[in-house]
Amino acid sequence: MDKGLPAKREITFETELFGSKTFLIYVEPVFSKAGETIGINYMGIDITDQVRKRERMIKIREEIAVQKAKETELNRTIHITEETMRAKQMLATMSHEIRSPLSGVVSMAEILATTKLDREQRQLLNVMLSSGDLVLQLINDILDLSKVESGVMKLEATKFRPREVVKHVLQTAAASLQKILTLEGNVADDVPIEVIGDVLRIRQILTNLISNAIKFTHEGKVGVKLYVVPEPPFAKEGSQHGSDGSTANQTTTNVPKEETCTSTSQTSSDQRGFHGKKHEGSCQNRSQSEPGTPVMNGKIDVTEEQAELPETTVWIRCDVYDTGIGIPENALPTLFKKYMQVSADHARKYGGTGLGLAICKQLVELMGGRLTVSSRVHCGSTFTFILPYKVSLSCDHSDDSDDPDDLSDMDDHGDSDDDATNGFFQFQPRTLGSLFSSNGSSRTQKLLAHNIGHVNSHKINGFSENYCSFPTSNGQAKEMDLVEDACSVAEALEISSEPECSFSHSPDHDSESAICRGRRHHNDVNGENKVSSIDVSTYSETSREVDVKVKISEPQLPAERQGRSDSGSQSTLNTSQEVSNSISKPKILLVEDNKINVLVTQSMMKQLGHTIDVVNNGVQAVRAVQCRSYDLVLMDVCMPVMDGLQATRLIRSFEETGNWDAAAKAGIERPSPSSDSLQPDCTPPKHIPIIAMTANALSESAEECFANGMDSFVSKPVTFQKLKECLEQYLP
Amino acid sequence: MLGLAADRLRADMNRLLSFLFHQGILDEQFLQLQQLQDETSPNFVSEVVNIYFHESEKLLRNLRSLLMDREFSDYNKMGIHLNQFMGSSSSIGAKRIRNVCLAFRAASDQNNRAGCLSALEVLEHEYCFLKNKLHELFQ
Repeated sequence: MDKGLPAKREITFETELFGSKTFLIYVEPVFSKAGETIGINYMGIDITDQVRKRERMIKIREEIAVQKAKETELNRTIHITEETMRAKQMLATMSHEIRSPLSGVVSMAEILATTKLDREQRQLLNVMLSSGDLVLQLINDILDLSKVESGVMKLEATKFRPREVVKHVLQTAAASLQKILTLEGNVADDVPIEVIGDVLRIRQILTNLISNAIKFTHEGKVGVKLYVVPEPPFAKEGSQHGSDGSTANQTTTNVPKEETCTSTSQTSSDQRGFHGKKHEGSCQNRSQSEPGTPVMNGKIDVTEEQAELPETTVWIRCDVYDTGIGIPENALPTLFKKYMQVSADHARKYGGTGLGLAICKQLVELMGGRLTVSSRVHCGSTFTFILPYKVSLSCDHSDDSDDPDDLSDMDDHGDSDDDATNGFFQFQPRTLGSLFSSNGSSRTQKLLAHNIGHVNSHKINGFSENYCSFPTSNGQAKEMDLVEDACSVAEALEISSEPECSFSHSPDHDSESAICRGRRHHNDVNGENKVSSIDVSTYSETSREVDVKVKISEPQLPAERQGRSDSGSQSTLNTSQEVSNSISKPKILLVEDNKINVLVTQSMMKQLGHTIDVVNNGVQAVRAVQCRSYDLVLMDVCMPVMDGLQATRLIRSFEETGNWDAAAKAGIERPSPSSDSLQPDCTPPKHIPIIAMTANALSESAEECFANGMDSFVSKPVTFQKLKECLEQYLP
Repeated sequence: MLGLAADRLRADMNRLLSFLFHQGILDEQFLQLQQLQDETSPNFVSEVVNIYFHESEKLLRNLRSLLMDREFSDYNKMGIHLNQFMGSSSSIGAKRIRNVCLAFRAASDQNNRAGCLSALEVLEHEYCFLKNKLHELFQ
């Protein structure tokens, strides 16, 4: 008004009826002709809606800006993830690339080791070999980890015996043990004889945990305990048969709860506590797990539905405990992270890369289990993993007839029986340069002595030496040589050097020489060549080296033997062995059409001390089985005339029905029964282990092999190691 | 003096072997073969390798004649020869040859004749190379 100019403004009024409304007010003064202000024009426009719309627009624009910002963030994250994946991929590829020339270097070093070297050169070479092996191991670890992480790792499902696995892992660890520690293994009786799982990975995990335990323990003991537990709360229902349709959702939401469940159950191994937690946390659990039963029988088949199924799932818990330096509480959460060690000091002092636990955890979780730890500083630690295993009830061989405590009946043939039932192993500490101490259960001694015998017989047959009078020491030194850091062994042995002949002249060892003679006979007859799981073949080139060491290690033995209380029984044990050995030399049949493969396999078998029969196709194989009873058949899959799968089917049908009708239908005539023929019809035919030799080695053809009745398969090319493992596993 | 020559020979042999390993032409399986050689069978490796050559040449010839046949359609038959070749190659540790066989088999699975032909050529080339090198080794 004062300025005489129109003005417009927005004014918000509050009205009672409509709430707050906004009006655009336009006021202009009205002038008379003379220029005087006589009034105003007052206009008001209701712009409430527009104002609202305006405000909404602003809000929307804000939201858009926020969204865009989020998008950019996400894209950046995706980028980073892609880069990371690529980097991982590159790491894996590079590691792979590194592996080839590195194994070339190691192979060359091994070849070098077979040439003539003086002592200094040999020492240098041993360092090369062990360093190279370490690096190779490292690369394999890296590759494993990236494989597991990228989800490429495929799990196997093979039948294996947990007791044997535990025993082997402990044996291997014991053989390379440099400190004074006791190694124990305890497998509860309710753990089944055979379970189905990925034995390689499980062995890897066990080995890793045990070597960690050994690394960080300087005195006392390291042990493994295996026992059955009821299904833990974190188990996904999907893995159980006959699950009552409970959803996976519930289990996932239970996962966070699970952590607390298992970690608290760590400290109390009482099953009741376990159950209690289950109920508390309202985790998904099967109704039959009553809190009242402390230990279930391992088979979660209390409900009727499960009892009829041929396969059940068993949850086995494994504790790897030690009396070592322990782990501080603040380090526990990062323990399983990659590349993490407890502290920088630890890393420096104890070495290692920090990959092992990460790999273990990944593997365990991949298999559907959990890996946890509990520890007290300066007291010790216990690493626990729980895994589900399938047990095939129908294939439970009744070879656990031996009373595990019945020592006197035991002979080496019964070792598989023993292994099946024996759940307790102990490896006493030893001083460098000797493998066994004199105390410890006689069972342990038998196991260990048994071990020597086996490694012996392999070595002797492997190199066609004359049966020298010191077979045991050969085996022993070899065992040590192979698994230990060769350098340190060399030093240890060189310290205690004595001429070889001292052994035969050592006094009051009649019982000992009896033992030795007994062993020699054992080797002579060379019936069962159960070779120990220690990888002899890769170091067989160092045979000359071993011989030298052998001589030096002699004097340790007499001390050992003296201590044995049951040496007398030992010699009788061995003589009874000879008798049974001379009767049964295993008959092995090789079915293979490729001449080269036949040559190579035959030669390897010869070196392992077996003579084998060879046929070239499935028809000949069936005829051979009709004529003779074989203890083991190695069956090539791809063959002309009749392939391995069909031949196996025919052989299995004979085993099931007791007659060769199926074979006759396929056109194979039964040869006239000779005096050598199989058991008379009143006894059911024995199940012959048939091993497939596949060229593809893909999982698919493995399933085909199993479906056709094969027991196992070996992928070509055939190596010493594979043959040895086969023989070990399938020859009684 | 004799010792010197033997040493030099061995050095050459080792150098050749390490070359072959490094190039990925041979792999650890070859070492397994070497382990089988001892006093009872002193020429095991060369014997096996010679048999391998003999067999392989036959197989390669079969493969070529099959593929060159204008009315070729029997991939199965080719597969059998190929499997034989692959089996023996892997048994003696001829890694590169085996890998080419794998590619050959893949082409054969897809009934890709052109692919098979080219794989065959690579195979023949690799085989000749290996044969020469191994001959050198056994000289």
